[in-house]
Amino acid sequence: MLNASIPEGPIADKWASYCDASKPINPANKRKYHVIVVGTGLAGASAAASLGELGFRVSTFCFQDSPRRAHSIAAQGGINAAKNYKNDGDSVHRLFYDTIKGGDFRSREANVYRLAQLSVKIIDQCVAQGVPFAREYGGLLDNRSFGGSLVSRTFYARGQTGQQLLLGAYGALNRQIAAGTVKSYPRTEMQDLVVIDGQAKGIITRDLLTGELRAHMADCVVLATGGYGPVFYLSTNAVGCNVTATYRAYKKGAFFANPCYTQIHPTCIPQSGDHQSKLTLMSESLRNDGRVWVPLKKGDARPQEQIPESERDYYLERKYPSYGNLAPRDISSRAAKQVCDEGRGVGPGGRGVYLDFSDSIKRLGQDVITARYGNLFDMYAKITGENPYQTPMRIYPAVHYTMGGLWVDYGLMSNLPGLFVLGEANFSDHGANRLGASALMQGLADGYFVLPYTVASYLNHVKPGAIKNTDAQVTGGLRETHESIVRLMSVRGKHSPDYFHRELGKIMWNDCGMARTEQSLKNALSEIPKIREAFWKDVCVPGSSQDYNPVLEKASRVADFLEFAELLCLDALERRESCGGHFREEFQTEDGEAKRDDKNFSHVAAWEYRGSGQKPTRHQEELAFENIALAQRSYK
Amino acid sequence: MSLLNLKLRVWRQKNGTSKGAFVNYDAPNISPDMSFLEMLDVVNEKLITQNQEPIAFESDCREGICGACSMVINGIPHGKERGTTACQLHMRHFKNGETIVIEPWRARAFPLIKDLVVDRTAFDRIQQAGGFVSVNTGSAPDAHAILVHKDNAEKAFDAAACIGCGACVAACKNASAMLFVGSKISQLAHLPQGDPERKRRAKAMVMQMDAEGFGSCTNTLECEAVCPKEISTRVIAELNWEFMRS
Repeated sequence: MLNASIPEGPIADKWASYCDASKPINPANKRKYHVIVVGTGLAGASAAASLGELGFRVSTFCFQDSPRRAHSIAAQGGINAAKNYKNDGDSVHRLFYDTIKGGDFRSREANVYRLAQLSVKIIDQCVAQGVPFAREYGGLLDNRSFGGSLVSRTFYARGQTGQQLLLGAYGALNRQIAAGTVKSYPRTEMQDLVVIDGQAKGIITRDLLTGELRAHMADCVVLATGGYGPVFYLSTNAVGCNVTATYRAYKKGAFFANPCYTQIHPTCIPQSGDHQSKLTLMSESLRNDGRVWVPLKKGDARPQEQIPESERDYYLERKYPSYGNLAPRDISSRAAKQVCDEGRGVGPGGRGVYLDFSDSIKRLGQDVITARYGNLFDMYAKITGENPYQTPMRIYPAVHYTMGGLWVDYGLMSNLPGLFVLGEANFSDHGANRLGASALMQGLADGYFVLPYTVASYLNHVKPGAIKNTDAQVTGGLRETHESIVRLMSVRGKHSPDYFHRELGKIMWNDCGMARTEQSLKNALSEIPKIREAFWKDVCVPGSSQDYNPVLEKASRVADFLEFAELLCLDALERRESCGGHFREEFQTEDGEAKRDDKNFSHVAAWEYRGSGQKPTRHQEELAFENIALAQRSYK
Repeated sequence: MSLLNLKLRVWRQKNGTSKGAFVNYDAPNISPDMSFLEMLDVVNEKLITQNQEPIAFESDCREGICGACSMVINGIPHGKERGTTACQLHMRHFKNGETIVIEPWRARAFPLIKDLVVDRTAFDRIQQAGGFVSVNTGSAPDAHAILVHKDNAEKAFDAAACIGCGACVAACKNASAMLFVGSKISQLAHLPQGDPERKRRAKAMVMQMDAEGFGSCTNTLECEAVCPKEISTRVIAELNWEFMRS
């Protein structure tokens, strides 16, 4: 049984009492501590900047050419905060409640409450940095609504909120780099975690330009390396997003929690062909003004303008009258799949539904719609060659976010002391389904406001600089990393890494996607090892490992996906219930909604690696719901 | 639309010290729905299966926001479609049988790494010189304590949309980075939060820009024409104004 080390006391006081109990470190001693931060998205950049401001010595690592390119940059719609600036009844408790309910009662109450509390400080911090949020004519901040909520609490910067927040954090990081507290290592990828006497003490990295392997030692290691969406090959993630850092930490003893909780986002541009390298999200904010519909009749092939109002099915408004088009992501995605499975989908292959703005354009005028969503409409037009002001968008669900991640306690530390995990890379705040505009909130809460306190609590008990890079664990780690690269380079087979990645993606999407069954999961579990075997027999990595070699980078990441996919499917198989984004067809209510089994599965499943070819051990952390009563989720 | 058969002339260069050259490739059966980078993926996939090194190019988000992709397509950074990154440029804009010339960004301040990949860390160093507001985590006042006129917020946003791709530098005959630097200067110049440091910021960023070896602006406005976020050269005028004031 895992212990999350949640402070005692009423939920509203837990974080304050945690902070009160942590002893500050003498400023003169702080600079003796070295902290490694892997990943420079919202969580990593904000953490590194904040730790640097406090006086710690920090090193940041990212595989991109600049910290600013981390995939947080692509978040569109917004960031939630319980400011109640709209006077519509929002509060810390309501954001807490919405998030717990939105996560289908599979997240940890104490973490979510803290997230809701800190949300208000994030907006203050970002505004002070000069993030250009949308404003009203009075000069105050504007808000909009997002799925799974009945209040307007989403702050936004046109359709580029993630970009603006990340550039704010990147600015704060740059300030610390200039001040000399943070050293940045771009184009440097973490290859392994160094664990000495059970504690995380460093990382092994590969310089992506020269191929040089190096050990970096530290007093603790922070992973903020994002999610594992591309295990499905096609997703809305950047093509570089990968599971390597967290998976290799898992192989070094960190528990991987709830890998089966994956989010399929309802509003993405449908796939146009096999050549496609990624799918593009159309922000959920569009559902504020767009109406989702399909023809009422099966196989209705008429162009949309010829389908009269009476023969359209606005199925979200019909099924969920109180939330309508703002039903949460998991529910909206499944509803879209359902109508397409019924043969009522639109567009090529019948895998699409309409997102129609004509009513809003009539009501508000095109200018208002352009001001709200102009860049999204432009993006849609560029990709599809269609004008969404004139014809409705066609959308279909796509893999977007992964709620699972490395297990962490209340202080965001994994079961390996000294290994902290932030943002999408951890598992703690979103349960089985994340609400829109909550990822940015979590990344920044973790990095700006949680980690600086919890790292200090940990380091208080650590002697700085105790480990030298000549330790046997370090030299062993360097050797193992070198050997695995040599192994990849020496196969010299006939197929690109992408070929195997696509094969894996097909299995994952078909057997472990929006709907899963015992049979489909067992099928995936028997197919994945075959692809893995084929990969190691037949992958081709041209060029040299001592050089800039993007194919080698890709091959190394695909090798990890091919192992990790099995863990994901195993977790999905063992969780014999439906909850949030994890929908097991065997477990559904009469009207097709996810049916939880609180008696047997109201827990976190955290997996422990037992060695290659061995079944991992499933540990549990029981989830206690003391502040919100467990209930069947309803958005009707 | 039917499939396209294209010819590519691609700049191949092993590293910054070796000599580069154009190499010809065929790109047959290209779907018009592909993005430009997906077309290159297809060409590369074939090269890999022949155990040849694929064409090195950068990309990550593939939705026009991360700024990683960077290539000159038929003489124009990111290609001829206005306001579009290479990853969002779709093959429906090309004609069957066409020859497409693909080159890296060429500027002294962006040393070549391999093929179409260049080193843009000069941009990071310019930002490190002053592209931020000095505010420590936790010290911010309530967000509504700072009022910003809507028009100023919009102007700040227009400038802040820069994705740091470097197309402006690649397009400029002087390899000037004034549009890039101006966009950060302009963003913060339109906001009260940026006011206390405006002089120091303008001076420090311009000095770093010069130290990196970027050229001067001679108002050719090529940068504005190729900017995938369509940032206006207004920000260059504002950069000059802020610099003069400093």
